[in-house]
Amino acid sequence: MTDRLLIKSGRVIDPSQGIDKIADVLIEKGRIVSIEPQEPGSGSKSQATRQIDASGKIVCPGLIDMHVHLREPGHEDEETIASGAAAAVAGGFTSIACMPNTEPAIDTEAMIEFVYRQAARAGLCNVYPIGAITKGREGKELAEMGQMVRAGAVGFSDDGCGVANPAVMFRALQYATMFNRAIIQHCEDADMAAGGVMNAGFTATRIGLPGIPAIAEEMMIQRDLSLAAETRARYHVAHLSTAGSVQLVREGKQRGIAVTAEVCPHHLLLTEEACATYDTNYKMNPPLRSRADVDACIAGVVDGTIDCLVTDHAPHGEEEKELDFQSAPFGIIGLEIALGLFAKALIEPGHVDWPRLIAMLTINPARVLQLDKGTLRLGTDADVTIIDPAMNWTVKVGEFRSKSRNCPFDGWKLSGRATHTIVAGVVRFSLEPAAVA
Amino acid sequence: MSTTGDPVQKAKSAAAASERESVVWPHRHLLALEDLTADEIRLILDTAEAFEDVSTRSVKKVPALRGRVVVNLFFEDSTRTKTSFVLAAQRLSADVVDFSAKSSSLSKGESIRDTVRNIEAMGVDLLIVRHHVAGTPHLIARNVGCCVINAGDGRHEHPTQGLLDIYTMRQVKGRIEGLEVAIVGDVANSRVARSNLHGLLKLGAEVTMVGPTTLVPRAFEKMGARIAHDFDRVIEQFDVINMLRIQRERISSNVFPSLQEYSRLFGLSAQRMKRAKPDVLVMHPGPINRGIEMAASVADGANSAVLRQVTNGLAVRMAVMFLCKQAAEGS
Amino acid sequence: MKTLLDEKGIRRTLERLADEISASIPRNCPVGVIGIRRRGDELARRLLPMLEARGVREVAYGSLDITLYRDDLAEIGPSAVVRTTEIDFDIEGRYLILVDDVIFTGRSIRAALQALIDLGRPRAVRLVVLVDRGGREYPIQPDFTGLRTSSDSQHVTVYLESIDGADKVEVQP
Repeated sequence: MTDRLLIKSGRVIDPSQGIDKIADVLIEKGRIVSIEPQEPGSGSKSQATRQIDASGKIVCPGLIDMHVHLREPGHEDEETIASGAAAAVAGGFTSIACMPNTEPAIDTEAMIEFVYRQAARAGLCNVYPIGAITKGREGKELAEMGQMVRAGAVGFSDDGCGVANPAVMFRALQYATMFNRAIIQHCEDADMAAGGVMNAGFTATRIGLPGIPAIAEEMMIQRDLSLAAETRARYHVAHLSTAGSVQLVREGKQRGIAVTAEVCPHHLLLTEEACATYDTNYKMNPPLRSRADVDACIAGVVDGTIDCLVTDHAPHGEEEKELDFQSAPFGIIGLEIALGLFAKALIEPGHVDWPRLIAMLTINPARVLQLDKGTLRLGTDADVTIIDPAMNWTVKVGEFRSKSRNCPFDGWKLSGRATHTIVAGVVRFSLEPAAVA
Repeated sequence: MSTTGDPVQKAKSAAAASERESVVWPHRHLLALEDLTADEIRLILDTAEAFEDVSTRSVKKVPALRGRVVVNLFFEDSTRTKTSFVLAAQRLSADVVDFSAKSSSLSKGESIRDTVRNIEAMGVDLLIVRHHVAGTPHLIARNVGCCVINAGDGRHEHPTQGLLDIYTMRQVKGRIEGLEVAIVGDVANSRVARSNLHGLLKLGAEVTMVGPTTLVPRAFEKMGARIAHDFDRVIEQFDVINMLRIQRERISSNVFPSLQEYSRLFGLSAQRMKRAKPDVLVMHPGPINRGIEMAASVADGANSAVLRQVTNGLAVRMAVMFLCKQAAEGS
Repeated sequence: MKTLLDEKGIRRTLERLADEISASIPRNCPVGVIGIRRRGDELARRLLPMLEARGVREVAYGSLDITLYRDDLAEIGPSAVVRTTEIDFDIEGRYLILVDDVIFTGRSIRAALQALIDLGRPRAVRLVVLVDRGGREYPIQPDFTGLRTSSDSQHVTVYLESIDGADKVEVQP
């Protein structure tokens, strides 16, 4: 890639460097070479071979979603690394980290290499594998973390279920400190949650569905915080969803524990009452919680308790989601609409501004995963997302690039959307198709 | 062939019926009593009264649903409810087909939408659905053009059972408004409890949920019920005691330690009955675990409405099928 | 809107019908007067003392709801209200006087006959109507008719005091 790309006149927001100004971003050979204030009156920088006019738009580091499920290997009918990557760039993401609950699980060096190979073949965005904590995600024996790190694993998780045995979790945290990788926990006490399909509480009792109590999540966080304090490991709470969880993480941070946390758009926008329709697109794990939980999650975002915004993109086939509410699998997809959803939940009501929102989608997850991403620092890979914050659009699930359609937000009117997704200097997605490489 | 011999009562109900002249049954499906208005529930009860006659005369059939097809789609066994629906449909002259989901190829994993659309393609007018998961009849109703009647969905609702219970209470006590009704037992897991609660509250009764703390969630207070955990302390206030069936399988989930202890604390023994009002109406959706939920002498005693409930189930189910089909054809 | 019969007219018509009916009743045969809900039963109730005044003994009274026997549910739709049929006597072998307010297509009477047959086997059924407005679709004719309107297209409405607040028969051209 020898040509130069100039992104002109955008509002450049890079929280990693504290940048928020109107400027031109120049990309050369796939790297950021300059961020210069616009020269007054000058029409163009003639040395650039290609230009994108970003006036009125936000130019920021490429967005990172550190929690997606790509189903490959095992369920390629629902999603592949390639289709997931296509969905990612369409949503403005230049990097995604995929969870290891595939079939078989991503729990060896070879599996990590497989993900990188498939991602390279797709050639759309960076796909970083998260390795399993335990072999086969069975919660018994530690997986070969060291070899997985050498192959490029960016973190470890048994996501889909939590590591139930405290001794196993203790060892995992202790061992992971050697590689400075975070242990990402799906916080759910399986015995407390057994049989549940939605949040335990008034609505579940009223509509007759078995519940997953908030304390099933909170008890595991409480336990893990003690273990993390003891081991001084980096501990990351996946898809946190309750008021109690927010408070525990807040206190954990105050106590100096290396704890970070993430939250999904649906836990900021929807409540358990949506389940009263028995629409299985409202079935996810953690489940939709109460209004008070939603408010607490938003407060956690506002005060910095919650570090990252993620989709927990979980594709499932239509035939699976058409089952009864108990038989249908947990999970919804969100890569292509997440930015608009986060804007709706956090920007429109005035909870945070764009720089804060972008930090939670760029430099913060990059730090959790120890990636040299999420920044426009000179010399780094030119992963850039251009966002039109004022663009009004309607979610059309039928037009998703993902292979799956399980999404409760069909028909929602959103504002704010990525117009260009640039990975290593190459436009991989644009709302103007002619601009895509 | 009147339903009650008392001419005053008769005139009263006739007057009430003409007052409700304007109440029109608009629902193609009956999925939950929570969705209905008080007037709509009364309309079903009044219509059921008219159907009660049919069962007592020589020709036990009316041609109201002649040529229509009723399919029983039961994903969960229930001989009693199914038989009641079959008889009710036959008395309306409908053709009745059983689609036992258990014996068919249908098992967990097959799309419910595919299954019901297949059945519907055979020209079905009414689907009677029972499923072990709450909300499945709603899912089915969204995917078919015919009428769907919920015959019990998980622990959510069992609207025709609720209606026949309320019908029986009204028949014996002459009113629902102001009645003190106890629902006793495994409230948390009971669809009968929920349907009774919604219907009774709408018609102005007072409902108390009685049972162990592990089986009577506090959420029921928010739904409008009172809650009691000491049966002996409250038993004397009730006009009606509706006992729920206890599932032996519950013991494994530690909601109570043993059937003996459960029976001691919440069973309706002859001894405990002595503390109740002399004319208390005792009900049970069946089948009864005799000696556990209630003593045999209570189940067969003068206060028991158990068999009357079964009889009334027919009239209520006829009324529901007739009204839903009528709404579907009129629209 | 034209009034065909007022309160007095209705009473006179019923008296005349009672004359004709009582003359037709076979000797020593139990009689039942059955009105079709919801105005035929009121007319039947009025005929009852008139028949007794004419020497007919032990006349049983009943009301018949035909909603479940109608063949036009799809047309009348959800507004049809099912009422109870209240016939507290055995119709087996009885001479039945079936009473309705208006006869038009004949479908209601067809339904009423079927409903009656489901209850037993009467000796005979005679049909009495206050108004015959023509327009028959089934081969059913009243035995005793209070009043015939001239044209098939006219819509006739019977109002009765206990239900509608006043007695009158109106015709809408």
